[in-house]
Amino acid sequence: MCKDCGCGLPGETPIGVSAHHHEHAHEHDHEHGHDHSHEHEHEHDHAHPHEHEHGPGEHHGHDHPHPHAHPHTHEHSHAEADHDHTHEAGGEARRTVEVRRAILDKNDRLAERNRGFFRARGLLVLNFLSSPGSGKTTFIRESVLKLRPDLKTGVIVGDLATDNDAQRLRESGAPVVQITTGTVCHLEAEMVGRAVKQLDLTGLNLLIIENVGNLVCPASYDLGEDMRIVLLSVTEGEDKPLKYPPMFQSADVVLISKIDLAQACGYDRDTALANIRRVAPRARIFETSAKTGQGLDAWREFLLQQHQERKALDPLA
Amino acid sequence: MHELSIMQSALSLALDRARQAGAVRVHTIRLRIGALSGVVPDALEFAFEALTPGTLAEGAELAVERVPARFWCATCTREFQSDDMFAECPDCHIPSGELRAGREMELASLEID
Repeated sequence: MCKDCGCGLPGETPIGVSAHHHEHAHEHDHEHGHDHSHEHEHEHDHAHPHEHEHGPGEHHGHDHPHPHAHPHTHEHSHAEADHDHTHEAGGEARRTVEVRRAILDKNDRLAERNRGFFRARGLLVLNFLSSPGSGKTTFIRESVLKLRPDLKTGVIVGDLATDNDAQRLRESGAPVVQITTGTVCHLEAEMVGRAVKQLDLTGLNLLIIENVGNLVCPASYDLGEDMRIVLLSVTEGEDKPLKYPPMFQSADVVLISKIDLAQACGYDRDTALANIRRVAPRARIFETSAKTGQGLDAWREFLLQQHQERKALDPLA
Repeated sequence: MHELSIMQSALSLALDRARQAGAVRVHTIRLRIGALSGVVPDALEFAFEALTPGTLAEGAELAVERVPARFWCATCTREFQSDDMFAECPDCHIPSGELRAGREMELASLEID
């Protein structure tokens, strides 16, 4: 779980929020005449050393050096000269820090970095998503072969364990990098950024990322792709898009796979198409079979056209 | 698992901010979660309780604000609110293809000492 990317480790430049939101006026708003001793040892977890410890009842001269880089006023506006009061835990120094940052902000920024890297190379990048067993690997392998005369494809494939898929994909002759995520149920932008370094991109036009088989989590993680391709096999049931709407809603393309099995499993085409259109009205739909080759010509034409548009966007091309 | 991973990112961002602000304790972590984000608040709470012990946020309250989903109808040029993932415009009954709010997963603010 994000142990790979170490989300939130210090050192990054925060976006949109000032880093040191530090109105550190020590708001001891003592409007009370109590008599508790001031154990003033605020443990600021600053990057700089800062420790001042006042013993209970000590006079509070505050003439210690403050090596802070930020404004830091100790305004003890107490009338009492030796305010001997204790600030109980959960006391009145409570304050609010506004953050307003997307939880997956770090992933989103890394995804944008990937996107820039891909665009600079004129690569069209597809993120393949589906539940396990929808036929992603086989479909990608057949696509690579089908596209070979026109587009040279590289593949990054994610799984929790084993490199079986990578081996199957290598049968197509494409360069393949396997990411084994361990316990992580989705790919993240950082993993893709690392994996792509292991791929020889020379002469590649198309990069296909096969995500971990999962219809929930990968929907939240942008990898820097141009398009999301969500597979729905006819064996899964026509209502899958209704059951997992965030995934299908994020799809640019919905690929219906294993269409050769439609009759055998009583696939209701009209219902399936209606459900997809309901959740993803803008998605392109392809009905395909990697086994018989049905629909692969249309899919190929579509990708060639997308690649042309990608090249047209590239100022260096 | 999804929520655990998201909570871990949220918590690590929150603790980072808390430390920067010199917190000795985090009392409340406020999140804004869109109705259509695919994140279940109960699962977030569960993950929060599992992840906070031993951190500045131990014993803190997790406050989740749910952001309703708003869609845009291009035909009627109006926005409408719906928690139905398959929202259609209440006037023209055409399904909306544009979600304008409801996917949020945001760390809103912290209460700290």
